[in-house]
This record gives sequence, structure tokens and C-alpha cells, in this order.
Amino acid sequence: MSESRNSYVIIGNGIAAAGCIEGIRSADREGKITVVSKERHPVYCRPLISYYLEGKSKLENIGYRPDDFYEKNGCEVLYGESAVKLEPGRVLLSDGSALECTAVCVATGSSPFLPPTQGYETVPEGRRFSFLTLDDALAIERAADGNSRVLIIGAGLIGLKCAEGLHGRVGSICVCDLAPGVLSSILDAETSEVFRRCLESNGIELMLADSVERFDGQTAVMRSGRTVEFDLLVTAVGVRANSALVADAGGEVGRGIVVDDHMRTSLDGVYAAGDCAEGYDVSLGARRVLALLPNAYMQGHAAGVNMAGGDECFDCAIPMNSIGLFGLHVMTAGSYPTEAEGGTVLREGEGENLRKFFVKDGRLVGYILVGDVSRAGVFTALIRERTPLDTLDFGLLPSFMAFSAENRRKKFGGVV
Amino acid sequence: MKRVYVNEEWCLGCHLCEYNCAFANSGERDMAKALKGKKIFPRISVDGEEGNSGIHFAVSCRHCTDPLCVKSCISGALHIEDGRVCIDHDRCVGCLSCVLVCPYGALSVSGSGAVQKCELCLENSCGEPACVTGCPNRAIVYEER
Repeated sequence: MSESRNSYVIIGNGIAAAGCIEGIRSADREGKITVVSKERHPVYCRPLISYYLEGKSKLENIGYRPDDFYEKNGCEVLYGESAVKLEPGRVLLSDGSALECTAVCVATGSSPFLPPTQGYETVPEGRRFSFLTLDDALAIERAADGNSRVLIIGAGLIGLKCAEGLHGRVGSICVCDLAPGVLSSILDAETSEVFRRCLESNGIELMLADSVERFDGQTAVMRSGRTVEFDLLVTAVGVRANSALVADAGGEVGRGIVVDDHMRTSLDGVYAAGDCAEGYDVSLGARRVLALLPNAYMQGHAAGVNMAGGDECFDCAIPMNSIGLFGLHVMTAGSYPTEAEGGTVLREGEGENLRKFFVKDGRLVGYILVGDVSRAGVFTALIRERTPLDTLDFGLLPSFMAFSAENRRKKFGGVV
Repeated sequence: MKRVYVNEEWCLGCHLCEYNCAFANSGERDMAKALKGKKIFPRISVDGEEGNSGIHFAVSCRHCTDPLCVKSCISGALHIEDGRVCIDHDRCVGCLSCVLVCPYGALSVSGSGAVQKCELCLENSCGEPACVTGCPNRAIVYEER
């Protein structure tokens, strides 16, 4: 193999960056790769931070790749460094130096959104946290003890996984959310209610349809008039894509950095992947930020291959989530069109064993499965591949008897 | 690479592969001790029509060349070893992201709550797939295709 003249810069060191490194190396064994890592850790499994608090993951197992990952892939990692500006063919760093490169991947992830709240600065430092990074989890762990009263703002995926992680190692946990239900970004009212009951029966106090009006030290005064005293405050109301580098360089940015199905941004030689990117959601038929680990890896991999001169298209992204809380599991995928939007809901079961399928234009476009989630991927594939439902016997799913013998032969008769 | 394939024309729907799989991965030397009176967690499952007649076929991991489960694993537990999709049980936290994405329904929850999947019996003492060696009608085969 002739020596590659390419050099690559990856800004960020999360899952998308790991995908990007593996993507580049699948096409180019030689080109120089430099990773700009703000966090002072090798790539780690970000979603495991709640499992770490819960005691289900050990710190030594939190790495996403083996210890020799960067060395084996010929990468230089600049820890504690960040990029401040993109210029054609180079990246300027915060220490004043510049990295020349033939292609750059912006994989900067997202930052926690802190809603402006009166008196937030009166909450002592060391008592207020976000919950996105390993350092956040370690800081919370240091500050928490068996008597800590914890207030979590946000009953979404991050806030509730934080609550589960801290459950049993603090005194009390109270979670508030502006929305009337929990997990409101991925569940509908009925399934949200199932999870509300599950959380409350496990001793999590919920204050829904309520928000903090102001903080006064370690007291939160709610809009409802209630006051909550706390020792630790965790804000988990959402994240914002870190898109400033591309925006400042004149690139197209929506809620995230706009990318095409090859992860190209509107700037020449600049790619983006992961939680900072806004790609196409096939279940919605529109662009949106899909801040999910699988998506980050696959976007990163596609970006890497294309940066190295290969051709990898990633055009089957859909929102999907698998979340367990206190032993109750839910999986969701796609979008949930209402009847007014032309959708139909197929529903089976009740309570903690409930399945809802959302169908539109003869195709499955979304689902919510509570309890029994076995073989959920069979349904996910129908959404991702936009399979016309008249080509199968939907009622038999997830048995593969639902498919034709010909289709089964394709699935199971050879290498896939 | 050799993989497990099922010829649905020959599958009797006897479910023996499920029992052989559960036994092979039980770590026990005695089949009765391993399985009797216990809920079994096989890594292969038989699909098909009700009753003994009609169509049946066993489903297990395809060991895809580009596996979605590995790309979706949040803990780094799922990985590829010489083309085989393998799982590190100590790292798995049971988030089930792999179950969410696998189009073949090939991953399931084990008795411990961690995910389990077919590893072609190369991780246990069988050395070759127990579902294949125990299939009475040779419907399940282990071969290169």
C-alpha cells in the first residue's frame, strides 16, 4: 500500500469519534489521525455513568474500546485540548497551535442546557451538577452520602437514569418536570403513566407539571408554591448540540450541524457526526438531531470512510430507545403520528405489558413496547427499511412465520 | 466462515436444539441436572406453525458481516472475534439496545439479566454448535456458504 498523504482531525473523543477512527482505518491504514479531546479520558461508554453510580458497571470496564485502541489505530490524542476555529484545511486549537488536515470530523457532542433560573448561582458550587459526563458522575458520587436529599430537574432519560443510579445510596430523590408525565419525549400519555407508577412505587418522588421558579441556596421554590430543600441538585432538562465551530465558519446549522447522508456538512472537507449533527430521520421524513449512541457510532463510521475517500451512506437513521427503570423495560422507535396526521394505532395488552404500533401509509412508522420487548428489532427493521405491511402477516410478528418463505430464505439461508 | 443454517424443509419443530443449547451453555455435565425443573434460556428458538405438522425453523444469531448489535452496544460488551459476534457477559448491563436493533431477533435476556446470544459453542466445552450435533433430522447445519 502506498503511503497515504491524508491527515485527519477528529474534534471530540466520544462514540462518534471512535466510529470515525474505525471508519477511516477501514479505508486508510496510513493517514495521520489526530483526536482533539476536551475530556481527559479515553473514549468511554457515556450511557454507563448511571450504571456506574448504581454499582452495575465498574470504572475499569467503562472504556468503550481496549486500552491500546488509539495506539493500534495510529491516533494521536490531545487530551484537555479543544478546537476554537475551523479554517479551510486546518483547525485552530485553544493553545494557539494549528492542525493541518485534509478532512475534519466535528464530533463535539452536546452540552447540558441550563434554563435561566433566578438564584441558580446561590446554589453552592459542589452541590449543583449536570449528568452527561464521567466527571459529572464522579463529582456527584463524591458529594452524595446516605442522607443526601437529591433534587433532579427533568424527568427525561438522563434525569431518570440518574435517579435510578442514585437510588439506594442517597436519602431521598425528588424529580420535577415541566411536562405532565415522565419520559415525555419518547412515551405517550398512557405509557408515561405506567412509568410514573413504577417510579413512585420505588420511592421516587415526582413533581410533574411543575418547575423551579427560583433558588435560594439549597431551597427550590416551585411555581406551584411548594418548596423543596435539597443537598444535591442535578439539572437534566436537555442538551444543545455543540455546533458553534461550524456555524462560526459559515456552515449550515439548524438544531445541530446539518449533514447529508454521507455526513458532509456544507463546508468543504468538514464532516460531522453524533449528538452535534442534524441528519435525516426516515421515520419522520425530516432532519433532526438524533442523540443516540448507535446513531453516533454509525454516523461517525460513515464520516470516517468518506473522509478517507471511500463511499459509505448512512440513510436509515431513526429515533430509537431502550430503557429500563427499576426492572421495567420500555423500547420505543420511530414517530407516533396521530389520527389527524393520518396515523393508526394498533394496541395490545395493558399496563406493564403493553404494545403500541403506529402505522401510516401502509408502513410501520413507530412503536412503544412496555414489558415484553423480546425480538423488538424485528419491528425496528420494518420501520428502518420502510417495509410495506401488505408484504407480511403483521399479526404473527415477531415470529418469522409472518414473512414469506422466500423472505425467510434471504434472511436465514446465507451470509447477511 | 462457518455459520449455523437451518433448512426449514427438514425442521421437525421438536425443539431439541433449544434444550441442547441450554445444556451446552449451562456449564453442567449432566443434562438432567442442568435442565430438569428449570426455566431454560436457549440462544436458539424454534419458530413455526402450531402443532407438529407444518412449517418450523430454528432462529439463532446470523453472525452478520456488519452487525448492528455491535454498533449499538452501549457498554462495549458485544464485539467481533474472527468474524464471530461475541459478548462479554461481565460488561453487559442489560440495556437491551442490541435487542432493539437486531433484525433477526437473535439476542435474548439470560437468567442473570445480561444478554446472551449464540457464540457457535466455541466459548463452551462443546467446541461445535450443540444445536447442530443434536439435530435429529439434520435440519440445522454448520457450514460455509
